[in-house]
Amino acid sequence: MWTIIEQIFPYAIVFTIPLLITALGGLFSERSGIVNIGLEGLMISGAFASALTVNFLQDKMQGSTVLWIGLLVSVVVGILFSLLHAFASINLSADQVISGTAINMIAMALTVFLARNITGSGNIRITSGFTPFDVPILSQIPIIGDLLFTKTYATTWFILLVLLVSAFILNKTKFGLRLKSCGEFPQAAQAAGINVVRIRYIGVMLSGALSGLGGGIIILTYAGEFTGSVSGLGFLALASLIFGQWRPLGILGATLFFGFASTIANVSQVIPELAVIPPIILKIFPYVVTLIALVIFSKSSQAPKAAGEPFDPGKR
Amino acid sequence: MRNTIVSLISIILGLIAGGLLMLFIGASPIEGYTYLFQGALKNISRIGDTLATATPLIFTGLAVAFAFRTGLFNIGASGQMLIGGLAATAVALTFDLSRPILLIVMVLAGILGGGLWAFIPGLFKAKYNVHEVVSTIMMNWIAYWTVYYVVPAYFKGEFLETESRKLAEESTLRTPWLTEMFQGSYINLGLFFGVIAVLIVAFIINKTTLGFELKAVGFNRHAAEYAGMKVNRNIILSMLISGALAGLGGVALYTGNASSIQIGILPSQGYDGIAVALLGANSPIGVFFAAILFGILYSGTGFMNAMIEIPPELANTIIAIIIYFAATSVLIHRVLNKFRKTTSNANDVNGPVGKKGDS
Amino acid sequence: MSYVVEMLDIRKEFPGIVANDNITLTLKKGEIHALLGENGAGKSTLMGVLFGMYQPEKGIVKIREKEVKITSPNIANQLGIGMVHQHFKLVENFTVTENIILGSEPLKGLVLDIDKAAKRIAELSKHYGLNVDPHAKIEDISVGMQQRVEIMKMLYREAEVLIFDEPTAVLTPHEIDELMKIMRNLINEGKSIIIITHKLKEIKAVADRCTVIRRGKGIGTVTVKETSEAQMAEMMVGRQVNFKVDKKASTPGEVVLQIDSLSVKNNRKVMGLKNFSVEVKRGEIVGIAGVEGNGQSEIVEAITGLRKVESGKILLKGKEITNIPIRQRIESGIGHIPEDRHRRGLVLDYTLENNMVLEVYNKPPFAKAGLLNGAAIKKYAKSILEKFDVRSGEGGASIARTLSGGNQQKAIIGREMELDPDLLIAVQPTRGLDVGSIEYIHKRLIEHRDKGKAVLLVSLELDEVLQLSDRIAIVNNGELIGTVIASETNENEVGLMMAGVSKERSV
Repeated sequence: MWTIIEQIFPYAIVFTIPLLITALGGLFSERSGIVNIGLEGLMISGAFASALTVNFLQDKMQGSTVLWIGLLVSVVVGILFSLLHAFASINLSADQVISGTAINMIAMALTVFLARNITGSGNIRITSGFTPFDVPILSQIPIIGDLLFTKTYATTWFILLVLLVSAFILNKTKFGLRLKSCGEFPQAAQAAGINVVRIRYIGVMLSGALSGLGGGIIILTYAGEFTGSVSGLGFLALASLIFGQWRPLGILGATLFFGFASTIANVSQVIPELAVIPPIILKIFPYVVTLIALVIFSKSSQAPKAAGEPFDPGKR
Repeated sequence: MRNTIVSLISIILGLIAGGLLMLFIGASPIEGYTYLFQGALKNISRIGDTLATATPLIFTGLAVAFAFRTGLFNIGASGQMLIGGLAATAVALTFDLSRPILLIVMVLAGILGGGLWAFIPGLFKAKYNVHEVVSTIMMNWIAYWTVYYVVPAYFKGEFLETESRKLAEESTLRTPWLTEMFQGSYINLGLFFGVIAVLIVAFIINKTTLGFELKAVGFNRHAAEYAGMKVNRNIILSMLISGALAGLGGVALYTGNASSIQIGILPSQGYDGIAVALLGANSPIGVFFAAILFGILYSGTGFMNAMIEIPPELANTIIAIIIYFAATSVLIHRVLNKFRKTTSNANDVNGPVGKKGDS
Repeated sequence: MSYVVEMLDIRKEFPGIVANDNITLTLKKGEIHALLGENGAGKSTLMGVLFGMYQPEKGIVKIREKEVKITSPNIANQLGIGMVHQHFKLVENFTVTENIILGSEPLKGLVLDIDKAAKRIAELSKHYGLNVDPHAKIEDISVGMQQRVEIMKMLYREAEVLIFDEPTAVLTPHEIDELMKIMRNLINEGKSIIIITHKLKEIKAVADRCTVIRRGKGIGTVTVKETSEAQMAEMMVGRQVNFKVDKKASTPGEVVLQIDSLSVKNNRKVMGLKNFSVEVKRGEIVGIAGVEGNGQSEIVEAITGLRKVESGKILLKGKEITNIPIRQRIESGIGHIPEDRHRRGLVLDYTLENNMVLEVYNKPPFAKAGLLNGAAIKKYAKSILEKFDVRSGEGGASIARTLSGGNQQKAIIGREMELDPDLLIAVQPTRGLDVGSIEYIHKRLIEHRDKGKAVLLVSLELDEVLQLSDRIAIVNNGELIGTVIASETNENEVGLMMAGVSKERSV
């Protein structure tokens, strides 16, 4: 039993991290008032960008610099892609759900189109990726060391740092206060002299950056290959955002839950104790639980009040 | 009228963007589009294939448009197609009935399966105000895995593990006289069902009290409630009908265009339904024509890919770009306004209308 | 005495209308200047220009005798101009402090210095007698305190010119007196105030001068002491205004509506209405008086079926309707003119025709076996629109959104009255309307009562309640404070009861 947990932990965490950072991106967007259904598409675009970059550079450069460059490119591409959504939602007051769906569709189609053009098959395989390592000293701690500090990725620690910084920004800084006001009551923010349009752009661009990063991390940690899809992880991130009640710590909890649930489902066949459960149950488990959680949390929803409404400066 | 113009402009812009993409990868747009349209329309057999490709899109477009009218965003058409298709396939492979009866039962199974699959998100929305975007997407994946495990378990194909047993020709929607008329194309009865569905949906929306209620709820659920309409009931009913339509799309796809259901695929027609609905401005007739257009785009890219090396995903890309333009149609409206130079505000009777709340 | 604000020949246009047409307004230092006009006259637009929310097409603004261009609220703030909005611009789940500092946040390094801000706020609050708790969340404090938070926002930014936009709409008579005291305090501290209002009584109580606007045009500026209410009213409306409502004495018949010990939860899950009882008879108008948010909405929603009842009974014409569906209540003879015509009253994106049959579309002759009869709907709608003088661009085919507020309200009233309900509930029926429409609607309500029907009137305008009602029930904090006969009471007595002082206890 214990060995199962030991074995699962690192995988679960690796699976959680991209989910976490993408949900965090969604957090910034929605807290600023823009609903972003396009997280899936942004992840895909980031995955594509990092896969392409690393594929191109991996023979020419040594070591992990390539990988970090790949991640950087995924961030940039995510930002650029998200501008489409920002422009449509903010300047043109388009329906944010439709715009987000358009982003998803464009990303899914365009990336495979370009990939097929480049490699002929629509898949981009890379041969290098981040290698797991054991944290010196900390991994020797009994129990916790095994669970949390063995076989970790550099990106995991990086993302956790981003999480802490995000929580700090949101709750303690001027920018965080202004961001939240734009999501709750943009007319009040405007009357206080805040540039709502600018803040919302930043919010959406952050969601692009972080989701793109999430997609890139998927490729460079456990996937190793771009296939044109992230299997609904972007939507799972959206669900985590709601599940986590739009708070960084809540998102951490929600994504950990999904990480573990999905990992258990994936490895169930290999582990005798779990193999008795019909695989279908394990596979649909995360989605069913999400539905239940949505129902349970519906009454006390802390959704940003003005999220989803186009900003009408003339409205009283 | 305004909506039609916007849709047409979105299409043109999308096609232009597609042309630019072709240039980007070094192909000639003229050649590309020529092959594309040839591939879709060159001969009667190809036309038949195009119509058949469009058929599931008619259903999913109607499904999404119908839900939209009630103010609901049904992204779950893919999952509803899968369940509807699975149900129909199961019926076809299990029961030994005479053909007309079998087809009727299959259609009913598709309607029930898709309807049931949309009922759950509808219920959650009505009772708990759970946003249907997330709930329908969850249902999509549940459907995906359901098919993934149920098909190999009960309906395993003889040769391939990844698809169901093939339906006997008499159990599919294909009919000899249609296949002959279109010289071997895989066009089937699904198209007729699609046209009938368009007419029925148009009738419901425009001429019935149900349509009146659904639209009222979609426009303003508070006023609808105040006037005595049962908002929750309408939300659920709308999702049911929407899901049923998508389920029929699944029937058309898996027992009409194909003779088996494959696992491991979320049918893209579900998401395309959104584009079809948007382009068709949520009207049944508009949906019909938008679906035909997309049928042409999809049907032709195979040929185009064979003749010159343009990836078939071009069609998906063009469609996605069209939606983006349709979503940002405000921009197009503004441009149109500049050309139009709005005439005096004839509604300005008895005092200024002006901006909301001006005092 | 110098002018601290001069707005000269201001012209502001929006697509299709001229909201301000060459208006001039001047504010002397240390004065309270009223800006008077009907709903829709252009007052808020003019102040929007002063506060930097709109840019005028023509005209100059001078602050302390220097010409300026106020291009944003930030610039207005820097110039020392502050605005207390009619609809508060407060973020509900932020604290008082967070709301006040939003946009001018003090920092300690990278972090917000909440403590420093809270201290300053507490000091200012004491100095001006505002009694504001820096750490309370907006959603938890009273409306009166919320308004004082809005005032604090201006004082925190050291505003010299304070603009109040319809400040008394949400206050009890007692709180209004408090506010006037606060305003005089502010003047004594060297501030200058502009107050936007349509309430003549309040202008007479505090203002020094008054500028009147009518349909976007400036009519003139008067010294309040030397001008009567009637004169100001005539400037505001353009003709002699008869403020008294003509009505005969009522001859009440049998009971139509009976409410017994009704208790209803409000949106915050607490009891918004406690053990409330009232009766409305045929041929009488019963008015519910009270400050906004004291249970009136709960009463109406319980009667119409939009809200569940915790305990108590509602009887219509002797039959219990406490839990029956909304549609059945409409069919039993309840008509409802809702307080929010855009949210509840109309489907704005539907045509007028469809709106006129919103409650009866599924009955003959409008529908048979589920199929709509377009011709019957058209005819019915046309007759209503004619009878109630509803003006629109394309008649019945107009989209409801395109009508003016007054016409939208007339359409709703027409729809409800055409059903000839035994009980007509009218909530804020004249909110936001011009005097002409108000007079019209008052007349129709009295007509309905004279036909032998029952009318329940809920209004936040005390004058309206006093004039139209035969009897008045006053609510405070969800409880019935007392019921009085309109002709035997006055504003003071009702005002006291609105604040919770019941008749037995009043001196």
